[in-house]
Amino acid sequence: MSGQALPLEITDLRTTLFTRRGEMKAVDGLSLTVGAGETVALVGESGCGKSLSALSVMRLLPDPPARIVGGQVRLNGRDIVPLPEETMLGIRGKEIGMIFQDPISSLNPVATVEKQIVEVLMTHTELGRGQARVRAHELLELVGMPDAARRLDAYPHQLSGGMCQRVVIAMAIACSPSVLIADEPTTALDVTVQAQVLALLKKLQADAGMAMIFITHDLGVVAETADRVVVMYAGRKVEEASVDELFENPLHPYTVGLIGATPTPGAERAERLADIPGMVPPLNALPQGCAFAPRCKRVMDRCLTEKPALTVPGPGRLVACFAAQGG
Amino acid sequence: MAGELASPTPALRGSARRTAALRLLRRRLIQAVPLMLGVVIINFCLIQMAPGSFLELMTAENQVSDPATVALLRKTYGLDDPVWMQLLKYIWALLHFDFGFSYRQNMPVIQAIWIHLPATILLMVSSIALAISIGVAAGVVASMKVRTFWDSLVSIAAMFFYAAPSFWLGIMMIVLFSVKLGWLPVGGMMKIGGNGGVLDILHHLILPTLALGLFYAAIYTRVMRSSMLEVAQLDFVRTARAKGLSRNKVTIHHVLRNALLPVVTILGVQMGTVLAGSVVIESVFSWPGVGSLLFDSVSSRNYPVVLGIMVLGSLVVIAANIAVDLIYMWLDPRIEIR
Repeated sequence: MSGQALPLEITDLRTTLFTRRGEMKAVDGLSLTVGAGETVALVGESGCGKSLSALSVMRLLPDPPARIVGGQVRLNGRDIVPLPEETMLGIRGKEIGMIFQDPISSLNPVATVEKQIVEVLMTHTELGRGQARVRAHELLELVGMPDAARRLDAYPHQLSGGMCQRVVIAMAIACSPSVLIADEPTTALDVTVQAQVLALLKKLQADAGMAMIFITHDLGVVAETADRVVVMYAGRKVEEASVDELFENPLHPYTVGLIGATPTPGAERAERLADIPGMVPPLNALPQGCAFAPRCKRVMDRCLTEKPALTVPGPGRLVACFAAQGG
Repeated sequence: MAGELASPTPALRGSARRTAALRLLRRRLIQAVPLMLGVVIINFCLIQMAPGSFLELMTAENQVSDPATVALLRKTYGLDDPVWMQLLKYIWALLHFDFGFSYRQNMPVIQAIWIHLPATILLMVSSIALAISIGVAAGVVASMKVRTFWDSLVSIAAMFFYAAPSFWLGIMMIVLFSVKLGWLPVGGMMKIGGNGGVLDILHHLILPTLALGLFYAAIYTRVMRSSMLEVAQLDFVRTARAKGLSRNKVTIHHVLRNALLPVVTILGVQMGTVLAGSVVIESVFSWPGVGSLLFDSVSSRNYPVVLGIMVLGSLVVIAANIAVDLIYMWLDPRIEIR
């Protein structure tokens, strides 16, 4: 960690939702780092704080009700949490790019593909309109858009979901950002297109050496894309490991449950997928102890009263669980 | 690219969009024919059901009591024919652009309307332009300053102008701006003895335009505000913010154009009521338009003129709706050849 600053370094990030029903800690002390060329997957069920973490890094939280109440987000060494909005305008789209879940609704329905790509180029670069058009065409070819020249004039509704996602990716990487956040970029796509988009993201990342945060709830996608995995539950990091270690030897009972709930090809058909009983607790009614305790198979007395802190069970690994620590 | 073969729709270029627009235009024009026929039949029947005939008033006003003259007049105006025959004759005449004769103006109906038409078109166009510009601007401001003092101010103003009857608003404005302050003329379209200079007409146009337009401005403000707020929640707005665009740029380039669509929709629907509203406003301000002519013709049971105005009014509304359809198509590329 010495010498050059990492592209992205999140320390103790806390994001709270201020609602009428009280304050909810949507992201509660998240720390993670992403190195250049590295992909960190952020995994968890809906509502565990994955997307709000990403929006916190972009400083695009819906305010009200969400606000960052503490922590640091260091982008290439600079903490962006205290920066004024005008400074953030120069960072979003230039130093951090973001890809969203539903590609078709992520594009403006009444603007052409070209206009939407040119816009980001003209915001952050010195290119004139003509040069920006040429660059937009190059970008579309770079993201593997079939028949790119003709697609420049197309409107989003004339493209398939996969093609729209390629356009969104082209916009996100247009200014060669050092960090790319992909928030469930393949969830809304067909399986075949999913594989293409994943391959594309990997290639672009390798070519440009971008740091990537990959948010997903699909462990199959994690296995395919990530170098490291951060498992989140109810706003907190519960486990972190390299992707191989995580699948070989998951430590947290929640991770074990997630992996058990993923279908494996070749398994007996009659075999029922394991599920995790119960539901994610509402953020304003978290139990006093470990948030996962009410659903946990290995729950102990201590889990109900004390919150487990992150411990280091091995090199490069973190887990927040009393049972995994051996009581 | 297995999954992407699904939609090989070619991009619609300029010329393709023009063809689509022409196709839409042609279809709307064809649809207008049965519509106009319906309008003519219904209006004709309504007038037949109205009490009294213009002949009674005409003979009374001119103190004609000679039965032979009355009979001659009845024959001239075809009032002895059965109603269905009169209707067929009327439709036949309409097909030759013959709207009948107005005894009161002593000229063909079409000519009487033609003289009054420019004033009404001017009033309608200026009122709609005012309504759209104020409505859109106020709606955008209210949505950007949502739940602040400015938002409340806009909402209260919109509520006031929506609730106030336009004739009352017109009279109150005359009292304030013409009688008390003396800034603007009480009525008419130009100074007595004036030569109809542009400035003089504009000076006379201000109050009637405000009286007619502010009601619609109020509606557009409310629609625009809620439409802006709705569009601002959509995913592509977040994408635009993630590109590093400022809030103002996002609002103007991404939210505004999408939010305009419902305003354009109701504009088309309301074209007819703007015309109806101008009848009232023209009477209040003695504006020499078709509305004044209609009001005068109804009072004098000058039915050929009344019928003629209704038919021409329907034509104007149909034409305006076609224009709105074309604007809608231009604004929203998703509307395509159907």
